[in-house]
Amino acid sequence: MMKFTQSCRIHEKKIYRNEALFYSDQALDDKTNFKTFIKGAYKYLGQSYPKFFKMDRLSKLGFIAASVLFSDRVLSAYAPEEIAVVMANRHSTLVTDTKHCESIKNREAYFPSPSVFVYTLPNILVGEICIRYGFKGENAFFISNQFDQDFMYQYANLLFQSGETKACLVGWVDYKDEADYSAILHLLET
Amino acid sequence: MNQLIEQLKVQIIQQLNLEDVEPQEINEDEVLFGGDLGLDSIDALELIVLLEREYGIKIKNQEEGKEVFVSVRTIAEFIDQNS
Amino acid sequence: MGNLSMQGKQVYAIADNIINSLGFSTTEVIQQIEAEQTGIYQHEIEAIYPTPFWASLVNNEQLQTQINKEFVGQSVEHYFTRLEQMFLLSIQDVLRQTNIDVKSKRVLIIIATTKGNIDLLEQANRDTWYYEKFAERLDMSYMGDVLQKYFGNPNQPLVVCNACISGVLAINIAQQLLQTEQYDHIIVTGGDLVSEFTLSGFFAFKAVCDGICKPYDQDRTGINLGEGVATVLLTTDAKLAQKYSKIRIGGGGSSNDANHISGPSRTGDGLNIAIQKAFKQAACSAQQIDYVSMHGTGTSYNDEMESKALGLANLLDKPMNSLKAYFGHTLGAAGLMETIVAMASMRKGLLFKSLGYTKHGVSQPIQVIQNTQKHKIDYCLKTASGFGGCNAALVLAKIES
Repeated sequence: MMKFTQSCRIHEKKIYRNEALFYSDQALDDKTNFKTFIKGAYKYLGQSYPKFFKMDRLSKLGFIAASVLFSDRVLSAYAPEEIAVVMANRHSTLVTDTKHCESIKNREAYFPSPSVFVYTLPNILVGEICIRYGFKGENAFFISNQFDQDFMYQYANLLFQSGETKACLVGWVDYKDEADYSAILHLLET
Repeated sequence: MNQLIEQLKVQIIQQLNLEDVEPQEINEDEVLFGGDLGLDSIDALELIVLLEREYGIKIKNQEEGKEVFVSVRTIAEFIDQNS
Repeated sequence: MGNLSMQGKQVYAIADNIINSLGFSTTEVIQQIEAEQTGIYQHEIEAIYPTPFWASLVNNEQLQTQINKEFVGQSVEHYFTRLEQMFLLSIQDVLRQTNIDVKSKRVLIIIATTKGNIDLLEQANRDTWYYEKFAERLDMSYMGDVLQKYFGNPNQPLVVCNACISGVLAINIAQQLLQTEQYDHIIVTGGDLVSEFTLSGFFAFKAVCDGICKPYDQDRTGINLGEGVATVLLTTDAKLAQKYSKIRIGGGGSSNDANHISGPSRTGDGLNIAIQKAFKQAACSAQQIDYVSMHGTGTSYNDEMESKALGLANLLDKPMNSLKAYFGHTLGAAGLMETIVAMASMRKGLLFKSLGYTKHGVSQPIQVIQNTQKHKIDYCLKTASGFGGCNAALVLAKIES
């Protein structure tokens, strides 16, 4: 039997852990942008992880969501290969794709950046979470119209049934622009 | 040379997204890779982009880069020799 | 031989198609591989890259000919992007091979791709009718809907976007979904393009070979990008399996290195985890494996990591190859395309030469296939690894006749 144990939600500059408000952007200026918000959350978490600053917006969003979800939980009961991460989104890596295109727009100033290009794959955010927490289990990333919890739970359940997966982080991490982003992470365990 | 070194520090911080690092915190003679900055293989490639974009110097591959990117000073000296 | 896998229902691969630089059907592509023919050439296409580059491209004239032949009077090129045209051809070929009813609710389509219709972002395509018409198709879920609609399938397609393991992962996911009562058949298709977007990125990584790539070779210097589509039809119908094919999907697994987002682990333990999962799911041991089809991109680190993984998995004595020097690294399609070639190897009892390899260039004594040769293959292991530290593996088995 698989059970839901933890969650984290992020949208409109608010972060909820297990449905309780965990962090919100305190600035009165409503124009506070995503970058300031997510950096504020990172600082609030008080963990030192300099690689955070190299991530693109999508990976930062997923990383902070996972950091909040695991802020009071360590999955020490499971072996690394027993922990799966299954994610989905709609916009893939749209913002970073645009950034990469900008860097190759002009043949006279043609400087594609490897650190931008690597983030043009949405599963990199899964990689960042796995690196941070040492998760070595099943990975999957899907592109869909919206967060299909039923399907994601069904897939997680199939992983559990195989006997090799004992915990699964499922979720939706999507970033379109400053006004349109969301993260929903659920931790499922046997 | 000193001016180039200081300029490089600023550029490196920007290029490598070393958000919480100030230029004065980087010792120009300290090893860049394997040191406190936690730089990795992507950073090495980014330094190649930096050199090409800001100084017009092309480095062919990571092996060549290894020789150049030992410290901020070795980069400055390389730029000086190849300008 | 013929061990039952851990899963309840057996899953069989009963039809397939490959479209790449070597041809528009699996048969054509296999013929070229048997003849040790590569589809990788040097191209001068300024719209894709400022200087000449070596890659494996699908010929546009031939693509048009195939489209016109297959979709008579439908003006497909006005309604579908270049990649979608390849998907249509590939899926159509597969459907024709077995006559399953694609309009049935018991059939699902799974699409594996890393960047979908990314040619739409090419500078040369801006301000063209192509971009104006198809810009929305950059949304890969929408691209899936377009294909779904064409074939009249009632289910929302699944789009798997997991870097270079997408193809193998999609097969694993299909195998797991076929364990539920929902589906009888799953069409697993994968595709990606060689584009300005991806080529520039790999050049930024200094990971592109200036010539034909040389997986596992001492002088390897990087990858060749390739493009194309591959499709395989999976089913739980044993009668269809006996009629059309003798290959069973034994089982698979995936993993993450948890090491670095672009560099593979130095130990190979992440890939070994995926391999062990595949063995467990397939109720198969390393000894039973007759042939290993690996990812082998031709980069220094990837190929070395794979050799370490083979060591950890006790597979050093198994004949193995990479197919990347035949048709390049096809990203989202790679796992599917290469699995189909592996299945052809199994059916023909033929190990294909690992093109590009002459001097041993990895630390472990892996057995790279140096000449195409006859060999009984009852069990095959397929592996893939990708950006983000992900790995996937899959065991294929010949079913008893």
